[in-house]
Amino acid sequence: MGLALTLIAQRISLGILMLFAVSALIFVGTQILPGDVAESILGQSATPENLANLRKELGLNEPALTRYFNWLGGIMVGDLGTALTSGASISEAITSRLGNTLFLAAVAAMISVPIAILLGLFAVRYKDRWPDKLISASTLASISLPEFFIGYLLILVFGVKLGWFPTVATVYDGMSFGDRLNAVMLPALTLTLVVLAHMMRMTRAAILNVMQSAYIETAELKGLSSFKIIWKHALPNAISPVINVVMLNMAYLIVGVVVVEVIFVYPGMGQYLVDHVSKRDVPVVQACGLIFAAIYIGLNLVADIISVLSNPRLRHPK
Amino acid sequence: MNDELKYLSQQVARQRLDRRSFLGRAGALGLSAVGASTLLSSAVMAQGAIKGGTLKVAVEGGSSTDSLDPALVTNSTGTMVNRLWGEPLVELDADGGLEMRLASEVEASHDAVTWTFKIRDGVTFSNGKALTAEDVLATLERHAGEESKSGALGILSGIKSMRTEGNAFIVELTGPNADLPFLLSDYHLMIQPNGGKDDPSAMIGTGPYTIESAELGVRFVAEKNPNYWNPDLGHASTIEVTVINDDTARVAALQSGQVHMCTRVPPKVASLVGRMPGVEIHSVPSAGHYVFIMHCNTAPFDNNDLRLALKHAINREEMVDKILFGNGSIGNDMPVNSSYPLYTEAEQRTYDPDKAAFHFKASGHDGSILLRTSDNSFPGAPDASQLFQQSAKAAGISLDIKREPSDGYWSEVWNKQPFSTSYWSGRATQDAMYSTAYLSSADWNDTRFFNPQFDQLLVAARGELDVAKRTQMYADMGTLVRDEGGLIAPMFNNFIDATSDKVAGWGPSKGFGLMNFYAPMKMWVTG
Repeated sequence: MGLALTLIAQRISLGILMLFAVSALIFVGTQILPGDVAESILGQSATPENLANLRKELGLNEPALTRYFNWLGGIMVGDLGTALTSGASISEAITSRLGNTLFLAAVAAMISVPIAILLGLFAVRYKDRWPDKLISASTLASISLPEFFIGYLLILVFGVKLGWFPTVATVYDGMSFGDRLNAVMLPALTLTLVVLAHMMRMTRAAILNVMQSAYIETAELKGLSSFKIIWKHALPNAISPVINVVMLNMAYLIVGVVVVEVIFVYPGMGQYLVDHVSKRDVPVVQACGLIFAAIYIGLNLVADIISVLSNPRLRHPK
Repeated sequence: MNDELKYLSQQVARQRLDRRSFLGRAGALGLSAVGASTLLSSAVMAQGAIKGGTLKVAVEGGSSTDSLDPALVTNSTGTMVNRLWGEPLVELDADGGLEMRLASEVEASHDAVTWTFKIRDGVTFSNGKALTAEDVLATLERHAGEESKSGALGILSGIKSMRTEGNAFIVELTGPNADLPFLLSDYHLMIQPNGGKDDPSAMIGTGPYTIESAELGVRFVAEKNPNYWNPDLGHASTIEVTVINDDTARVAALQSGQVHMCTRVPPKVASLVGRMPGVEIHSVPSAGHYVFIMHCNTAPFDNNDLRLALKHAINREEMVDKILFGNGSIGNDMPVNSSYPLYTEAEQRTYDPDKAAFHFKASGHDGSILLRTSDNSFPGAPDASQLFQQSAKAAGISLDIKREPSDGYWSEVWNKQPFSTSYWSGRATQDAMYSTAYLSSADWNDTRFFNPQFDQLLVAARGELDVAKRTQMYADMGTLVRDEGGLIAPMFNNFIDATSDKVAGWGPSKGFGLMNFYAPMKMWVTG
């Protein structure tokens, strides 16, 4: 257990270091972009006079390094600051946006992970026969289509033609859980179709890998049914790569869904981030970037820990 | 009209027959679907507005970076929300004239330098405070003050001083301006208690609705203000505004019945959308124009022959056909069209490769010309640039097209580079349009047009109260810009909005799309 604990402590401290590096990178990135927040806010209606007034008010006349360290100081005490564009508190806005993003990701994961693993098991059971080929072909087809296209297809079929689900997935405070679930159905299905193939293929490959082992042959000779062999003997030993790919896709569901958010008008983090990038609103971009990086690093950490715990050799070192 | 049809349409208007059955029966009686729809909408109009219900609107243009301060509104969502909770002194009416709102009377001194606005009696803000002339003064002070970040700062620059006298608000200008009231219809200038100096983003105003929930860039919910003074505005009891920036999603929301109206249907699909059952398209001519701008003071565009060569080398009809898909009209290289009061037609410039080649030769320019464009300068700008490239090629003029990133286009390319694509959404009056972008001293003189004769005419026209003389002055100014300016204006775009058959009350308007963004308040839910 000691080895595992050291490993975890190591990973966490590396993760925190990584976050600092990420925040510096994001800051540099936003400085390289052409134009500043004052120009972006006023757009075509900018005059030298109102530009100067706005710059002064937003504190843009201070050097970039000073602004970066001011911000970093705030983060250390848990203050994300206020958005330059709207003057609204960033932590307040992010709390509700992040909640929405996590809700959508959770619904999508709840649908996609069990389906992906079950399909993977099926594909192994009927390896090289028609169910395997059908599963592979259809999931690969759905991953090959761009997200927006899948989104539009689902809108057309389930929203416009059949009228089962709303095409606009706007969620807001005071909505009941059922309404919320109904509202996010189409975006969640879109995301499911996008991530299904990756997880399914990985499950299939990982299990097929251990299916060559001697103990599987033993199990077969014992006369166990092929599903029982796959479920009881192969899957537990193939869990580590499966968990890894599941975590990778979870991270994607949280940080990479801006296109789906735009199509379904879902008020999540992605749209919030993109809006502020285009306005050069550095504090918000920093905060979102940091949260995304933390989620990404955190999920990878979880994957590592589960791999360690599922591996008896790491769990009980000599 | 056939009596039976008339009877049936009235039944629908009284909600005793649904629309689909009406269309079916009308068809059986030999009326085309279009005819039946027209008949139906006139019957519904005649029935009068129905009060109550929830009206849902999908708008384009909002973002989570928006501000609730009316001074900082830059897009259509903000403009619509401003109109829900707030009101200006005056507003544009359906013919481009003035409609009195918080001002009940407007009076000018004979030289159009001093303007007196009598403030409407008995109007209260949604926080219960009574509206006074001081509130109006404070509002204008906030927008025109030295520290102002307001989008209306530019148009208020001609104000020398402001004061109140009883319930009158008085403005002294630095020079005459017969159009001052039109400037005050600007969408930033919502009258707020104490001018919004205490809390600019509180959304407290005198408007027909109060905002109950505001999620920037996502959704706004407004409830009818029970104390609103004007019975003609605000029929639905609740208005829900959803920001849908994706074109396809916006149209799908209308098609699936989740919203009653939407802005900005892409021209490409407008005719397809119009054929959907239960959806009506409104393609309304506007003062907005898509343009190519040349800097008159930068080589090679500092040569008028070269500018004329390019103006003759563009095929305007083709642009309207292929870029606007017929939803617009051709331009004449001036920033105004027949939607402005006091406009007179000038001779239409046409595509003429021979003339273009002649002027190009006379300019002595050699080699190709670089045109910068981006999709957000106007929808279809890169395609329009390619059409321009082809039509200019026939005149022996070679254009190079550089596609710039959309992000940062307004800060890095527009008003900086000598030749680029752009758009203007038009202004309430010719004076406002010319003062914004063609006066030598204008901040947004994006064609670098410095013409003393033009400036003189513009200032003189402001003080000219004789309409005939004024009209002539505007005609002369138009001709100057057209023949000497740096503007190539091939097309004026229509506003294309769509409404569902669950709402009625659409009517003509000037200004912006969706009935100058008043459609949610002027239309009503039919059931």
